[in-house]
Formats: sequence, structure tokens, C-alpha cells
Amino acid sequence: MGAGHHHQLHRPGTSAVHRLPPQCKLLAVLGFAIVVVATPREAFWAFGLYALLLGAVAVAAGVPLTFVLRRMVIEVPFVLFALAIPVIGMGERTEVLGLSLSVPGLWAAWNILAKASLGVIASILLAATTEPRMILLGAQRLRLPPLLVQIAMFMLRYMDVVMDEMRRMRVARESRGFEARNLRHVPVIARSAGALFIRSYERGERVHLAMLSRGYTGSMPITLDLAASRTQWALALALPAVALAVLGVSW
Amino acid sequence: MHVPDGFFNVAVSVSAGVVAAAGVAVCLRGARRELDDRTAPMAGLVAAFIFAVQMLNFPVAAGTSGHLLGGALAAILVGPYTGVLCMAVVLLVQGFFFADGGLTALGVNITLMGIVTVLAGWGIFRLVSGAVKGKGAIVAGSFLAALISVPVSALAFTLLFWIGGTAPIEIGAVAAAMGGVHVLIGIGEGLITAVTVGTVLAVRPDLVYGARGLTSALVLRGADGSTTEVTPDTPAPAKPGGGRPFLVAGVGVTLVLAGIVSFFASADPDGLESVGEDKGFLSQATDHLLGTWALADYGDVGGIPVGVAGVIGVGITLIVAGGIAYAARNRSSVKV
Amino acid sequence: MNSLEVSRLAYAYPDGTQALYGVDLTIAKGERVALLGPNGAGKTTLVMHLNGILSAGHGTVSVAGTPVRKDTLKEIRQRVGLVFQDPDDQLFMPTVRDDVAFGPANSGVTGEELERRVKNALDRVGMLEALDRPPHHLSFGQRRRVAVATVLVMEPEILVLDEPSSNLDPAARRELAEILRSLDVTVLMVTHDLPYALELCERSLILSDGVIAADGPTRELLADEELLRRNRLELPYGFAIPASGARG
Repeated sequence: MGAGHHHQLHRPGTSAVHRLPPQCKLLAVLGFAIVVVATPREAFWAFGLYALLLGAVAVAAGVPLTFVLRRMVIEVPFVLFALAIPVIGMGERTEVLGLSLSVPGLWAAWNILAKASLGVIASILLAATTEPRMILLGAQRLRLPPLLVQIAMFMLRYMDVVMDEMRRMRVARESRGFEARNLRHVPVIARSAGALFIRSYERGERVHLAMLSRGYTGSMPITLDLAASRTQWALALALPAVALAVLGVSW
Repeated sequence: MHVPDGFFNVAVSVSAGVVAAAGVAVCLRGARRELDDRTAPMAGLVAAFIFAVQMLNFPVAAGTSGHLLGGALAAILVGPYTGVLCMAVVLLVQGFFFADGGLTALGVNITLMGIVTVLAGWGIFRLVSGAVKGKGAIVAGSFLAALISVPVSALAFTLLFWIGGTAPIEIGAVAAAMGGVHVLIGIGEGLITAVTVGTVLAVRPDLVYGARGLTSALVLRGADGSTTEVTPDTPAPAKPGGGRPFLVAGVGVTLVLAGIVSFFASADPDGLESVGEDKGFLSQATDHLLGTWALADYGDVGGIPVGVAGVIGVGITLIVAGGIAYAARNRSSVKV
Repeated sequence: MNSLEVSRLAYAYPDGTQALYGVDLTIAKGERVALLGPNGAGKTTLVMHLNGILSAGHGTVSVAGTPVRKDTLKEIRQRVGLVFQDPDDQLFMPTVRDDVAFGPANSGVTGEELERRVKNALDRVGMLEALDRPPHHLSFGQRRRVAVATVLVMEPEILVLDEPSSNLDPAARRELAEILRSLDVTVLMVTHDLPYALELCERSLILSDGVIAADGPTRELLADEELLRRNRLELPYGFAIPASGARG
């Protein structure tokens, strides 16, 4: 699949985590997220342990803390909202540093922030240790419907084309002094969106036609062997399993 | 904004997950009629396009910005069934690869940003393009479809939040905040959708699903110089029928059930005023029945122990929606 | 049974311009036919109907008796081997072996049988030694030959080539001609390289204004100056039609 911002998410490596088959990692992350969400918010210590668990995975995978933190930026708009909840929330209030804050609001904000952040970190670690194409193949093994996988494969292929064209068009616009500042500028962006679409499509169309002419029916013949051994499954599922144990204690 | 983990309670998250799964199942079947070997990569491109464009924050007013949802655009370019699949793929990829949107919130995100926007958008588009023929109507229909789909989605979000949001904010405030911003975002989305569809329609109308059937007569020239006109042998456009009533009914039923469940499982509908009090009152009962179960976290109930109500409610939901999904399942592999 | 039968084929581009106004042609098994015509005549458009990439607005196409329809596409695409004008559109796998194997792999051929067919096809175009090399490391002429192999490996009924001699140096041009002459398939060659057509194809069609304007032995068509001029065709400077026919 190649260049572009994908490599910002994927951190190539040869650690044990990198080498685990993708379907194991997918299920592990999903299981972990479910366990985290089911945890009662009062159990602060549980969340601490979850964070430690993820830290252990990060260390095993050779992913540095700064890498993870930089990609957690995606959470920022949401964090701002979560921080606002105690201010605008209702119910019994208390004083913190001179501000009157809602108690249930504080609980809710903590609940949301803790769970969302842990989920985000788990996803970041998954993306860092697994190539996008492998994640799709793993999903296919987990019986994700083939049509969805096919659309996703094309999506990844076109992503680079679209991003590339977008960048070029933005540079062209900005070098002529255009900067989107308010609603009036939307039509300009919109017109370039249409051209972007067609250009991207036609770039991929010819190759696709050649593939069709040779009988391509929608799924690339899979030449990789993705079978996972028991130890690999055990290793991957260790994450949600330990988290589950923590959850059990917290109940 | 994509909903992250922990934002909605378990009942809503699970119910929405079931709705999303059922919806995607129905659309997998319906999409087979919309897709052929030329348009399958189109779906991927639409997904990539929406993904890329969703990253574009466009300024709505001083300081605030919004981003495209894209459901209406997807439906008009590749058809409603495929449109939902594209949105689902975008959201899945964003959730798993980019940590944008919680994994346990995928059901909510797919339902709100995929199914609701496509349903609303396609419905409006069909109304307009069915009433008036021609390219102008298609562009106008695209604008209206996108414009309206955004506030509808925001409304659905507010509804879900009222039923089972975990943040104790007054529902009126949420509705006002969501409504205002999203009408503005809707205008931007409408413009971008209309112009994109218009551009593609002008150059490659074969790529716009919503413009099927706009072909004109063909001329045949005989060896003797004579000419005759024939109408093209285009295949009849696939009738969307079948799946949609399913989808609408499924969404309706599951939301109602989720509402009932959450009403019992959550605290007072307008806030968490007496959470502390209730907790003390019922903690003994719940401890004896199920231990300190997770649902206790989300508030309490008078009368029915939370855990039991939750299990029963979610169970019914799963059975109903599971039945829908089973009936609509995609049995054979995709023929391309 | 005829390899190809096209009847009253009409087609308009998505933006409305009509390209084909009722094309009729028949090609018998084993024939080698050239499709001539000026740029923009619709030759490539016509050819894309032959394996169902484009759907006819009106009219029918059938290959060895099988009509080209949505439900017969898989079979048709095995029977019609289309070699595109730009080999880079056609070579998209990491190695030559993968590219040649792509076609049969899609039909379910695997293992030794697949390997045998791949090697056989590459051998027929003289590119066996490039088996494990990436396609973009080859010269243009070599890529052109590999592209032919990717199609030959599917054992098609009819080989359709779009401008096969374009951008080839004289040696590569000759090598390709020898390969084409050695093959035992029906050939339809879209070209405006008239000497090449004369060398390889005993029969030619001229597509003009969206219909077949002429159909006959290549020598006769090329000798008719008025016909050529009407259709924006010209013999190269200094070229005189050789007294005897195709070489060998």
C-alpha cells in the first residue's frame, strides 16, 4: 500500500507484538476495549493497571511513549468537551480551586476520559504494530464480509492518490493567495473537491480495467499464510484476559 | 465529532451496535444490485474521498469549525446500500487504524453517521429528483439532501444522548448546541456535496448512481447512408424496495427497546440529581443479586434491580435485531 | 465457428458524445485482422466492448458463439485477451511471475500447473529469464512482451492488441512481429502503423465516423490512395507496397 500518512501510524519493527498475526491483535484490542468500558468508574486503581498493561505492550513492541502521545492528539477536541462537563453539568456541586463544579459531572468526565483514552492508546498500538493491509486480511479471516474488505482495500489504495492530489491542489490554491476563512470560501473548496474526485478515479481506472480484463473478480488471491498458532493466540489474548481479571476484582 | 468509548451507556452502545450490524447486513445484500465490476472500486474511492474530506475542517463561524459527514454524498454517488457500506468502512478504519471514535462506540457512530445520514439524504434526494427530471434537479437534490441529513443526524445523536448518555448535561442544552452548529455545518456540507456531484455529473455522469437513466437516444448509420434512432439498451435501474422497510423498522424497534431498557437502567431522565441517594438505597439489593455489576455505575432504578432489567432488555433487543440480521444475511460470496 | 461477431454496435460516451454508430464485423477463427483508422475514430472504444469493459448501448458482440453479457463476463475475459496500449497499466504486480500468474490465479489455477503455464507463456514471448524481475526494471519493448505473456497465459481464443508496435525500436518491433506470427490464435490488431499491418495481417478493416468504412485484403486497401486519404491514413514516406505479401 505504500507511502503517505499511513507510515505515520505504522511503526515498522520486528518485535513479538509486530509478528503476531493480525486477527489475534484485532480481537485482543477489541476485547480489551470492551473490558475497559465495562469497568466501574470508581475503581481508579483498575484504570491504573490497564494503563500499565498497555505500557507493557508498548515496551514489548518497542513503541516509545512520545510516539503514542503525539498520536493521542486526535482526542483533543473530545478532551475539551469532557473537561467542560463538570462545569455545565447538573446535580450536587462542590468547590474545586474556586470553581463550582458538578459532582456527577466530575464523575462522568473522569469516566469518559479514562475509558476513551485507554481505547485510543490500544488502537494506536494496534496501528503501530500492524500494517494496514494486514489488518484488513486479519479482519477477513475473522469473517468480516468480503465486500467490506474489498471496499476497504480499494479505499486504502485510493487514499494515497486522493491525499496526494489534495495536497497538490491546496498548494496550488494557497500559492495564489487563497485561504479558507469563512463560509463564503466553501464553494471554492467544493469545486476542487469535484475535480479531485474525477482525477483520483481516472488514475486508478486504467489499472483496474487491466485487472478486470484478466478475470479479476474482486478479491486478490491471498498468497500469505496467516494461520495463528495457539501460543500466538494465547500471547495476544493475554492482554484482554489480564484486563478481565482486573475487572473481576473491581466488581 | 466521533463518539469515543464510555460516552454512552452499555444499553445504548449495544443496541446501536445491533442496529448497525443489522443495517450493514441488509446493505450488503442490497449493494450487490448496485455494484458491478466497474463500480466496486468506485465505492473504495468514495470511501477514501469521504475519509479525506472528513479531515478537512471548514470554518463555520469565527473560531468554530465543522467537518463533512458525507453520507448523502456517498448515497448519491454509489447508491444508498453501497453508501452505508462506504460510511461503515470509513468509520471502521477510523476506529481501528486512527483511534478516531471508540471501538465500543462503533455501533453508535455507524448508526448516526452512516445509516441515519444515508437514509435521510437519499430520501430527500429521491423526493427532489423524482419530482423534477434533469441535471439541475440532481444537483439541487444533492444540496438539499446533504443539508438536511446533518441536522437529522444531530437530532438522532441528541435522542440517543437523552436515552443513554453518561454525561449529566441538561438535554435542552445539548439539543441547542448540537442543533445550531449542525445547521451551519449542513449548509457547508450541502454546498460541497452539490458542487462535487455537479462536477462529476458534468464530466463522468456514469459515475453518479443518482443520475442513472439520463441517457439519450443513439443513432445508427446504415451502409447506404441512412440513419435510424434507437433507445439504448440500459438495464432497468434496480428497485430499492425490500431492505428499506426492514431497516427503518429495525431502527425504530431497537431504539424503542433501548429506550425502555435505559429508562429503567438509568437514573432520572433529566439528569443525575439524586445519584448518590439512590446508590445507597439500592446497593444492597444489587449486591445480593449480581454482585457489584457494571450497570450499577450508570445509575439506579426504583423497583427493578438494574442488572436484571438490563439483561432482559438487551436480550430482547438482541433477539429481535438478530432475527432481522439473520433474515438479511449475505449468503453467497460477492459476484463481480 | 467465428471467433468474433459484432452486430449493429452503437455506443455513446458518458458525457453524451456518440462514438460508434452501428459497427458490423466478423472475424473467422485463425484470421489475423488489422483495425485501422484515424485517431479518435473509436478503435479503442470498440475494442473495449470485446471483453465487456464497456457495455454496448445497442447491438451485440459475441466471441466464439458466446454473447458478451453481464453473466458471461468471466468466460469472455478468458476467451478475449486484451493487450492495452500502455504496458504499465497492465503490469501491476511486484514481479513478472506474479503478473503473468495473475490471470490464471483468478480462475483458480494453482501450484505446479500455474507455474508451468507461466513459464510456457513467458517462453513463447522470449522473456523467460525475466521471471523474477520487477517489471519496471525492464525496457519498454520487454514490458510490451511481458504484457502479451500476461494475456497469452490465459489461452485466449482471440488476441486483441492495441497499438502493439507503438514506441518500439526497430529490433523490438521485429521481435514482436516474429512472436505474433508464431502464435496460433486469432488476432485483431488495432494500429495506425500501416507497414506493420501489411506485414502481419492479411485482412484489414477501416473504422471511420463510428462505422466500418472498408473491409478487405490489406494489400488492396493500402493500394487505394483515395480511400486512405479520406480516412486520414497515409503510407510512410518512401514506403512502397512490396510485390510479395507478408514475410514468411
